[in-house]
This record gives sequence, structure tokens and C-alpha cells, in this order.
Amino acid sequence: MSSETMTIFSPKVAARFDALVQKYPVKRSALVPMLLYAQDEVGYLSDAVIADVALRIGITELEVRNVATYYSMLRFKPAGKFNVQVCTNISCMLRGAYDLFDRFQDELGVGHKGVTPDGVFSLEEVECIGACCWAPAIQVNYDFHDNLTPDQVPAILDTYRGKAKAEGTAAHA
Amino acid sequence: MPKLVSHPDEVKIVTRRFGQGAAKIDKYIELGGYDSAKKCLAQGPDWIINEMKASNLRGRGGAGFPTGMKWSFVPKQIAKPKYVLVNGDESEPGTCKDHLIFLHDPHAVIEGTIIAGLAIGSKLGFIYLRGEYRYLLEIMEKAVADAYAKGFLGKNIFGSETEFQIITQSGAGAYEVGEESALMESLEGKRGVPRIKPPFPAVVGLYGGPTVINNAETIATVPHVIAMGGEAYAAVGSPRNGGTRLFGVSGHVERPGVYELPMGYNLKKIVYDVAGGVRGGRKLKAVVPGGSSTPVLLPEEIESLGMDFDQVGKAGSMLGSGGVVVIDDQTCIVEFALRTISFYQHESCGWCIPCREGTDWLKKSLTRFHAGFGTAKDIDNIQYLAENMMGRTFCPLGDAAAMPTLGFVKKFRKEFEDHLNGKPCPFAKHTELAVV
Repeated sequence: MSSETMTIFSPKVAARFDALVQKYPVKRSALVPMLLYAQDEVGYLSDAVIADVALRIGITELEVRNVATYYSMLRFKPAGKFNVQVCTNISCMLRGAYDLFDRFQDELGVGHKGVTPDGVFSLEEVECIGACCWAPAIQVNYDFHDNLTPDQVPAILDTYRGKAKAEGTAAHA
Repeated sequence: MPKLVSHPDEVKIVTRRFGQGAAKIDKYIELGGYDSAKKCLAQGPDWIINEMKASNLRGRGGAGFPTGMKWSFVPKQIAKPKYVLVNGDESEPGTCKDHLIFLHDPHAVIEGTIIAGLAIGSKLGFIYLRGEYRYLLEIMEKAVADAYAKGFLGKNIFGSETEFQIITQSGAGAYEVGEESALMESLEGKRGVPRIKPPFPAVVGLYGGPTVINNAETIATVPHVIAMGGEAYAAVGSPRNGGTRLFGVSGHVERPGVYELPMGYNLKKIVYDVAGGVRGGRKLKAVVPGGSSTPVLLPEEIESLGMDFDQVGKAGSMLGSGGVVVIDDQTCIVEFALRTISFYQHESCGWCIPCREGTDWLKKSLTRFHAGFGTAKDIDNIQYLAENMMGRTFCPLGDAAAMPTLGFVKKFRKEFEDHLNGKPCPFAKHTELAVV
């Protein structure tokens, strides 16, 4: 059974991974980015993802888990379709990040690492995201939103709700 | 989109092309891009390293090691492949300068990487960006592809017999990976734990080969050093501290932003003139001069302080990553110290026991303290714990957690005492910080 026939990834991502393992002097260098891209497609590192990645890199599933548990962006259970990450580190904290985080909690009805019942949003308090001079800042998946006030929270959420609706895949998780 | 700021005192060298569309390769070339790499290709490694030494450029990641000297440590004759690593794992709280470099001037990073490769005789460079910087990684990937298409990267760069390839790499969330040996581990597909030194990366680095690893800002500065000439670049800064620095001013200031100022520029002027002073007309309480790991400075300590590696070091702190965090008089220092240590506790990789246990106990002590359940003995204990972490770990993360904590306790002991014996925090709204 080759990885091509057994893969759980879409043809596009599978092709990308085939190229990725060729890119480095040592195949295993592909592991960390591959896990992140796999998570982007599947939503989290499921057992099937870990098995597939292990096969592609040529290491055991245990080794994959050993590495994956180190990195804070990698997760082992589903998040919302849009993962709201509020930075509360010093620069953001000084400019009201906790008020912002509170507002997100109120609007979404979930706390740190919570997922909304419809699966559209999850909320996370995160460490510095490298937007200190434009604080307070958040990331929704990979999108940055900076220089925020709590008043802007409902509009931000509405934008992503609209996107979820448009894609018609609200029940992602 | 991060806002660009400017101030008349700025000397724009590294930020010269910001906001001009230089992420497009043709624009970058039009603005003089890749001329430095061509010049270096013609002049050869010894000339490059001499220019770098003359420039007094020192590592922008925080340690401030002279770049030219670092490059000169790589063995010239060795059978193993050599590598250039660009550290774009930018994760030190208060630091967002590389964010702007990747966004506005990705080709400067590529050009600097090529020059570093020529200097040490390497054929392969890696540009590693933190996982959160996905949109910036995509900009870098596009820029690398464009450079290949023009023949600036590949088997025969600029039509020569010289080969140089670049691979872009994404992290997946880890402050610790910003440490050079941990970054190599991560790039080898492993957990980002640090390696013992020596051997240093210049001798045994990535895949066991000699490796030069530089911060993204350092690398982006290199083409400018070559264009200006090492001596001219050095003349911009202060003694032994060449050129300019990208200072990211954040926190309680009127005009936060990334400003490019000559090395040695006065910190008080950065706070009051460049960044417009303390927000809302409040008073200044303290300044963290170079990212969250650098010990805090009091208003009287910044009066005549020049921002270079040596002067800030003499003042008992560090220039670090150039992230200036300004704190006003309505801020609880105990809460600030707790938030700082919470970060290091979260990011400690657990490899070295003094750091793993030390950050954890410091967080526990400070949490209890801030909640009003501390005792006078806790203050000494916090200091004792921090002192015993210093210098006892493979990598500087342990020091990075201990140093600021010591600074807060020593300089704001009174404020710690104000929290004793069940007294409520006089400032903070968040007596219980959410556990990250």
C-alpha cells in the first residue's frame, strides 16, 4: 500500500506533501510544516492524520505524536471553523486585551479553548502573536486583526459568521 | 494590516523600502535590490566578512554577537555541507519588527541569505518563520519563487558557477524554537529542545554541518551594509554598535510602532518624543527596554540611557530584541510580572529542570501573591528561585524568565509588599489571570 493510494488528504494537499518530502536534505524536516498543513485541512491531528503523516515521513506514529505535542498550534481535537486567538501577553494586556477577551467570551458564550455549539467558533487565549505595536491584536485562524476595542468584537464575529454561512459548512466539527 | 509610522529622527536603512511595494521583485530591483548580492559574488568571501566586521553589525535577535565574527568562525575547508539559517521565529513578547520586514521587504531577507551563503561557502539556506506568520510565509514563498525565476537562486546564481538554494519553513507555535539550537532541532523535524554548547552551530549545526544562524533583521540588514560599505554603516551607530535598530515601541504610549533609530539613541526620547509620550497624559512607571526577558528600567534610569548593547548592559538590563514596552503609573507591576512569568512557564520546553520547575514555581508564587495571599517570605523566595535558575540551563530561556522577575522584585519591592496579607491589588482589574 503506497501513501498515494491510502491517503486521507485531498489530492491537492497530498500532492503538496509528495513535493514537501522531496524538498529537504533529510525527509523528516518536512514533519512540522506537514502536521500544520494537515491540521489546516482536517481541522485537527486525528489518529488517521498521524498515521498518514508517519507513513509519509517514514517514522513511527509515536514519534509523530512525540513531536506534535511540543507545538502549541497543533491540536488533537477539533476546534471551531474559525479559531479566535486573543493575545493577552504584556503589550496587548497593557492596551486592554483582557477586556477584549472578556467580550469574546460574552459574545460567544464559551471560555478559553471552548467551541461554540454550532462549531463555527472556538476561543483561545494565546501568547504573543507578534503584533505588539498594533495591540491589542487577535488572530482568527491565520488572519490578523489589530488595534481593537471590545466594541469591534460583534462586527468581527459577524463577518466570520457570514463566511461560515456562505460556505454552507457551519457544522464543521 | 500593521500601521507604518515615522518620525523625523529616524534613519531609514532597513526600513527604506517599507510601504513601496518592494515585495514585488521588479520594484525591489528598481530600488537597488540584488546589487549587493552581485557585488559580493564578484568580491568573494574574505571581502564580505571584512565588510561585515567593519560594519560593527551585531545580532538583532537579542544576544548582540558581532555578525562578521560569527561568520568567520565557520571552517573554510570542510567536507560537510554548510547551511545558513534565518531565524524568523520572532516570539519574544514586545517584538514585531521581523513581521514588518517579511511583509514589506522579503527580498532583503533573501538577498541577505545569499550573501551569508557566499561568505561561508554554503549552497543552501533556510528561512524559518513562526507558524502564526502564515500570511508572511506566503509572501516569503512568493518572493523566493520569483528570485528563482529570475535566476538569482538556483544552480547558477546571477549567471555564475555558484549555487545557492533557499527553502522556506514554517514552525507550529513555540517560543523556544527561537533559540538557535532548538530551531535546528525543529527544522530537523523534532521537538524544539536546545542542544548543549559547545560545539557551537558554526562547527556542528543543522544536520551536523557548520551553520550560520542569524535573526531575520540581521540578515535583512546585510545587503544595506554591503551597499553602504561596512565603515559607513558603522558610522551611523555608536561605538562597537553599528548602524540602526528597529525599535518596536508598544504598551502605554501615544504612538506605538516600529521606528528605525541609530544605535545609541536615547531611550527617554524614544518614549517621549518618538512614540509621543505616555498615553492619556499619565505618568511613566517603568520601561522594559528590549522584549519581555530584559529587566525593567525605572524612569530615572532611562534619562541619559543610549540604546545600544553596551550602554543598556551597563544599566543592568539588555537591548535584547529592541521591543520597548512602556508601562504607565496605573499598572500593577505584580500583575505585569505574573503575566511575564506565565508566558515563560508556558513556553519552557521542560528539557532543563531549573527552567521547568523554576518557571512553574515562580508562576505559582506570583499568582498567590497577586491574589493577596502572599507572605513577606514569598518575596525573598521569588528572588531566591529566580537567582537559582540563572545560568543553569542549556539555553537562555531560563535566564529570560529569571532576569525580568529579579528586576521586578528588586525595583518594585514596595509594590509587592502592598499586596501582602490579603490586601487587594491596588491597581488590577484581573486578580485571577486566565491560565494559558
